[in-house]
Amino acid sequence: MYPFKYQKAATVRGAVSLLGKAEDPKLLAGGHTLIPTMKQRLASPKTLVDLSGAGLSGIEQKGRNIVIGAMTTHAEVAASPIVQQAIPALAQLAGHIGDPHVRHRGTIGGSVANNDPAADYPAALMALGATVHTSKRKIPAEEFFAGMFATALDEDEVITKIAFPVPAKAAYVKFPNPASRYAIVGVFVAKKGSQVKVAVTGAGSGGVFRHTAMEEALAKRFNPKSLEGVGTPAADLNGDIHASADYRAHLVGVIAKRAVAAAIA
Amino acid sequence: MPTVTLTVNGRSVTADVDARTLLVQMLRENLHLTGTHVGCDTSQCGACVVHVDGKAVKSCTTFAVQCQGTEVVTIEGLAQDGKLHPMQEAFREHHGLQCGFCTPGMIMAAVDIVNRKGAVDEATIREELEGNICRCTGYHNIVKAVEAGAQAMTGKAPARQAAE
Ligand SMILES: Cc1cc2nc3c(=O)[nH]c(=O)nc-3n(C[C@H](O)[C@H](O)[C@H](O)COP(=O)(O)OP(=O)(O)OC[C@H]3O[C@@H](n4cnc5c(N)ncnc54)[C@H](O)[C@@H]3O)c2cc1C
Ligand code: FES
Ligand code: FES
Repeated sequence: MYPFKYQKAATVRGAVSLLGKAEDPKLLAGGHTLIPTMKQRLASPKTLVDLSGAGLSGIEQKGRNIVIGAMTTHAEVAASPIVQQAIPALAQLAGHIGDPHVRHRGTIGGSVANNDPAADYPAALMALGATVHTSKRKIPAEEFFAGMFATALDEDEVITKIAFPVPAKAAYVKFPNPASRYAIVGVFVAKKGSQVKVAVTGAGSGGVFRHTAMEEALAKRFNPKSLEGVGTPAADLNGDIHASADYRAHLVGVIAKRAVAAAIA
Repeated sequence: MPTVTLTVNGRSVTADVDARTLLVQMLRENLHLTGTHVGCDTSQCGACVVHVDGKAVKSCTTFAVQCQGTEVVTIEGLAQDGKLHPMQEAFREHHGLQCGFCTPGMIMAAVDIVNRKGAVDEATIREELEGNICRCTGYHNIVKAVEAGAQAMTGKAPARQAAE
């Protein structure tokens, strides 16, 4: 790993100002993507700005939203009575990221900012219609994710919290890679009023995406049977050593049905 | 060079370390606590698991500077007054190790599981050990050891029961 200068921000404003003036800076949250990447020398920031002292962790219910601070760990989301009660699918998703040690350090803000095409949280943000709050604005999930490992964030922008509207019904099912636990395919379904959203992670060559054909079928009747015959074109999907694009296309259908079944159970 | 002060196994320690020093490097190289192992250095295997403020973390994926002011417990900190911790004793009793390389991380992970979940059943143990890889045992005796260690730690049922 190349050397870097370590700075700890005491506030979000402090972090933004460090990002503005430090040499080649990068934010450090749980470090569970960034540190492995730096070890491989795929990233070599000159300055790391640690967010752990900036007061960004915590979970609260605000009206019809569950608001989760960017530095809240996966373990905290999984164990939160507020999340378990209002959006159990989200608590369950967080409880199946990686392993217990990863969940003790990894954060929701880091996961969302990283936008790994196989990460779990992006599917939740898309299907629940979440809003990403940053140091300068509020970004709807739909506009936030901008392709593999890309987001709408500016260089000097810090995610502060994420607001999830509480759905009527929701579920997340993932087909994990047995070694890494990342999603080979993960499907998050959510129903709120008459609107149904289906978000697929792990499969898309451009990262997380909404499956509109499934959404239309499920809006008519929210039942796994509605998904019979609703296909997923393999052309836009990932193929790699773990699974071919055709296999992923097949899995999307299977996993989506399981997710709908879990949501109505 | 940043100065890091932390409490390791109840003792306050201070070291000047390069910012890129991993917690596991500080433990092994500065403090000579070589019980914590590096198996993969890619965040997969769990041989490096220690407790930071009571939570199991991979010390190969944590910078020492991130641990400023925290309370760290390593495998060396479990035994008290020359007496093995109940989880260590259970690994010995149930032959939960062969080469022993994964064992410090396994035991630190196991203690963390019991701290969070109490007396756990086999299915839970297998799921919770997701982040710890063992190349030798095939896991059966590790799972048995954790079950027995959990019972011994919580006093929920006699440790002998799980031994069959
Ligand atoms: C063994 C292992 C298994 C894993 N399995 C899974 C899995 O099954 N599913 C899954 O989804 N993920 C998985 N992960 C990834 C894990 O969830 C990471 O913790 C997460 O992706 C990154 O979060 P972090 O807090 O560690 O961020 P960091 O690694 O600290 O940061 C990641 C990136 O985000 C930026 N960043 C961090 N916080 C902010 C912020 N508040 N605002 C703006 N930018 C920010 C950083 O600058 C960096 O570029 C796994 C990781 C490991 C090591
Ligand atoms: S050495 Fe840390 S996870 Fe393998
Ligand atoms: S006992 Fe050898 S790796 Fe587990």
